[in-house]
Amino acid sequence: MEKKKAKKTTHVGDAARDGADAPWGWLTHRGVVPTFSFVSLFGLLVRAAVSLHPYSGAGTPPKYGDFEAQRHWMEITINLWARDWYVNGTLNDLSYWGLDYPPLTAYQSYVHGLFLKLFDPDSVALFSSRGYETYFSKLLMRWTVLSSDVMVFFPAVFCFWIVYNRGRSRGGERCDTAWHIAMLLINPCLILIDHGHFQYNCISLGLTVGAVAAVLSQKDLIACALFSLALNHKQMSAYFAPAFFSHLLGKCLRRKNPFFEVSRLGLVVIGTFAVVWWPYLYSSDALLQVLSRLAPFERGIYEDYVANFWCATSVLIKWKRLFLTPELKLFSLIMTVSTCLPSMIHQIASPSSQGFLYGLLNCSLSFYLFSFQVHEKSILLPLLPASLLALDDPSLYKWLTHYGLLSMFPLMRRDRLLLPYTTLNALYFLLHHVPRDRRDSEVTSSSAAYTILTAFSVCCYFGLHLVYLTMHAPEKYPFLFEALIMIFCFFQFALLAIYTNKKQWTLSKHLMLLNKEKKLI
Amino acid sequence: MTNTPPPPVSELRWHVAVATCLKLLLIPSYRSTDFEVHRHWLALTHSLPLSRWYTDETSPWTLDYPPFFAFFELLLSYAARAVDPVIVHLHRGLNCRSDSVVLFQRITVIAADSCLFYAVYRLTRKCEPRKGRLIWALVIWSPMLLIVDHVHFQYNGFLLGILLLSISYLSEGKDLAGGCLFAILLCFKHLFAVAAPVYFVYLLRRCFRGTFVRGFGRLSALGVAVIAIFAAAYGPFIYHGQMQQVIRRMFPFGRGLCHAYWAPNMWVFYIVMDKVLSFVLRRLGFDIQMPAASFTGGLVGNSSPFAVLPQAWRNPQPKDAARWIAYAYTSGFLFGWHVHEKASLHFVIPLALTAVQSLGDAKHYFWLSIVSCYSLFPLLYEAQEYPIKVLLLLLHCMAMFLGFSALFNESARAKATAPESRKGDQSGEKRSSSLAKGGGFTIGWITRCYLFGILLVELWGQFLHPYILGNKLPFVPLMMISVYCAFGIMYSWIWQLRSIVRCSS
Repeated sequence: MEKKKAKKTTHVGDAARDGADAPWGWLTHRGVVPTFSFVSLFGLLVRAAVSLHPYSGAGTPPKYGDFEAQRHWMEITINLWARDWYVNGTLNDLSYWGLDYPPLTAYQSYVHGLFLKLFDPDSVALFSSRGYETYFSKLLMRWTVLSSDVMVFFPAVFCFWIVYNRGRSRGGERCDTAWHIAMLLINPCLILIDHGHFQYNCISLGLTVGAVAAVLSQKDLIACALFSLALNHKQMSAYFAPAFFSHLLGKCLRRKNPFFEVSRLGLVVIGTFAVVWWPYLYSSDALLQVLSRLAPFERGIYEDYVANFWCATSVLIKWKRLFLTPELKLFSLIMTVSTCLPSMIHQIASPSSQGFLYGLLNCSLSFYLFSFQVHEKSILLPLLPASLLALDDPSLYKWLTHYGLLSMFPLMRRDRLLLPYTTLNALYFLLHHVPRDRRDSEVTSSSAAYTILTAFSVCCYFGLHLVYLTMHAPEKYPFLFEALIMIFCFFQFALLAIYTNKKQWTLSKHLMLLNKEKKLI
Repeated sequence: MTNTPPPPVSELRWHVAVATCLKLLLIPSYRSTDFEVHRHWLALTHSLPLSRWYTDETSPWTLDYPPFFAFFELLLSYAARAVDPVIVHLHRGLNCRSDSVVLFQRITVIAADSCLFYAVYRLTRKCEPRKGRLIWALVIWSPMLLIVDHVHFQYNGFLLGILLLSISYLSEGKDLAGGCLFAILLCFKHLFAVAAPVYFVYLLRRCFRGTFVRGFGRLSALGVAVIAIFAAAYGPFIYHGQMQQVIRRMFPFGRGLCHAYWAPNMWVFYIVMDKVLSFVLRRLGFDIQMPAASFTGGLVGNSSPFAVLPQAWRNPQPKDAARWIAYAYTSGFLFGWHVHEKASLHFVIPLALTAVQSLGDAKHYFWLSIVSCYSLFPLLYEAQEYPIKVLLLLLHCMAMFLGFSALFNESARAKATAPESRKGDQSGEKRSSSLAKGGGFTIGWITRCYLFGILLVELWGQFLHPYILGNKLPFVPLMMISVYCAFGIMYSWIWQLRSIVRCSS
């Protein structure tokens, strides 16, 4: 170990700049676990500080917001039998924040509901607790999110980080790997949505990260189980399904007995689903009732303003007026599948770890851009693989994060979270540009067109913020600025999707060249 | 190693910016009554003429800081009026809780911290990078400052910035500037006067280190400067003939020996004895009245800092100035009259500068800063801030542990390898064993036991006490924290005294 370190320092350069003299030498010199715990404590501190701020729908009767939805689910799950959770009845009014996530979310609400009941029984009393907001109930709810983050997301990120660093061909500098943890844990969009707006994305995303870590360490069965759990927590995790499917299929096809391998994985998936759905398997009606709750097609192809294809082009083509819902369903299905196909084919043809991560990014981006009923919060899903790839392509993650934040800007303003929004934006920028002892500073061979495009985007980025905050939209188009922000973000995301697809395909060529070189040597 | 370049300023800026982000996130957290105190002072200085500042009684929070602080509030009040005129309204602004007030006042604290950052920059600009970075981490990321200034609400960062600036000038041998800054500091907050004897003796001796005539010249220059500063502060009030009123406001001896929360100092032992004795006597059937805390103590407090004076007299070394000043504040904290637990900042922050100098100092600082930060926990008694204060303390512990071990283990390793490099082949195990013996930053078992005790005290106070005893004896958890921390700070005081005496002998 000592030897290795010595070698590295001589390789880096000047004798004076040995390990501990680098800006972050003190942080990384004791190895992996202290580094990770330090950064994760900082991440927790940021989360705890954000959770001081208001949540969605604070003090706004009659429907409140996501905070009330989650609290209501806790109320429903601890007071009713599991069979009745998804069924409209005298005790369960589905029109008031009815449960519309898969059973794992319901179980999670049940556990958290028990926690709330222990300390503040009034906050989860049936009926009477609607719109229950006190200092203490807010605190308890916030702590349930914090604890889920600590119990699911952080360990998953730790596993991923260990596996990823082991698998990297170039042994990265310790400082870089420490930076990577910060990028994974301090994802401003995720923190804002979970600890500001109030949701439990950390659970489903954490399970997904765990599944990715399992895939990277060749434990495919565990990966299937974890990803099925993620799917059962939030159906939105399906954005990643094509990537998982194609990568695992591609891997199985290369083994001795593909059919056996595939069926093994399939059995694990079916088994996990069966366990999670057990209370609803007694009749097909019950199952269909739950399923119909999960797929709210009646809500239309898009809600509010979201930076995807349907919403952005609706300025020109009034999709909702011209077509019926079934037609739109078909359109969006075709579009989504066809845009996912390239990266799926790539993974089936030549599955690789790096390619898998890009596949996750590409599939989730195409789902975000083209699928049916997308929320602005769904940008968290493409952001996750982007953060996993942060070490590989830092500027991609930065770009996606900042525009992801912009696309959530109107939502944050509605939630009165502008202060944490701005601060986390700045904090992320600072963490991304942490002072590093880098000799090989990023050499960007940027063309003039690229520079102009970047400068233009940055100007628009700040301009849109400023306009949205200071100016009133004309009365004829009350949502003009929202629409502008969404169109702008859509173009950014679309460009990024093209770029990442290209990158995934050129990746294998690059790898093949590397392999060839190795063979020659 | 002396010729390595100092850490670049861009890194300092980065730390400052990240710390500022965290402070901004803490804006909606709990605020103590100090928030309203400072808001009222904004209104007071803005809407009343100078002659009524120290006599007004519109609110119970009368002005009890020296004039420079009042001028500072006056300066801020102009900005406050531009933000929201209600803030500076003497009557309508009372107990004003609107977002604009909170935002404005919190941001003034954050902005005033730039004084601290400049002082830190000045102190570390010629430092070794490793030590400089560690000082940044200890001062900029000090959990105590974050808790007291940015949650509880006060302007300590700004005031400690002036103190550190003064120390930085003293350590460069610029006595005049150092002395003037300390005089300015005294006119901002008179509680800093505990170190005045040390400053006095030190500066006196420094003035007379050459010939008598030049010494006299230096002394008179310093004297004139200090008198001018005090005249600028108190002159207007002397002109209005209010000096007595100002002094009565600044030194409210009626408040009693101890503050509402018991600061972990000597008097806490006295109070505990008092409580226990009265409890026992009443059980025994004696009918005694609870004695009001009218105790003519404080005399000990004024005498104890003098222990350091002979050292400052004999050998006024610029490099030791920070240590002596910190020692004076520690003594003042332990034995002073009506001490706030927040006063522990006055010695913890300057000691950060000496902590990087030797292994012993580092170990002492590790102990002291954890104890004093923990003693601030009762300040934030609401549940909302509980995770924040715990996380801040944990992060601080980890940063200190990692930072000190990076600093001292490397040098210890260098020492250990130097003789062994001749022997050649025996590396590995032997080196690591000699590393363990020959120092490197380790936490001794006494420290470990003591810190583990903190955990137990916290567990008892937060979870077991309410669970087992319910609402009975509500003062016990607080008392346990103060007593337990008082032991820690006593130890630190003895350690500092010993190191100062040993250093000079």
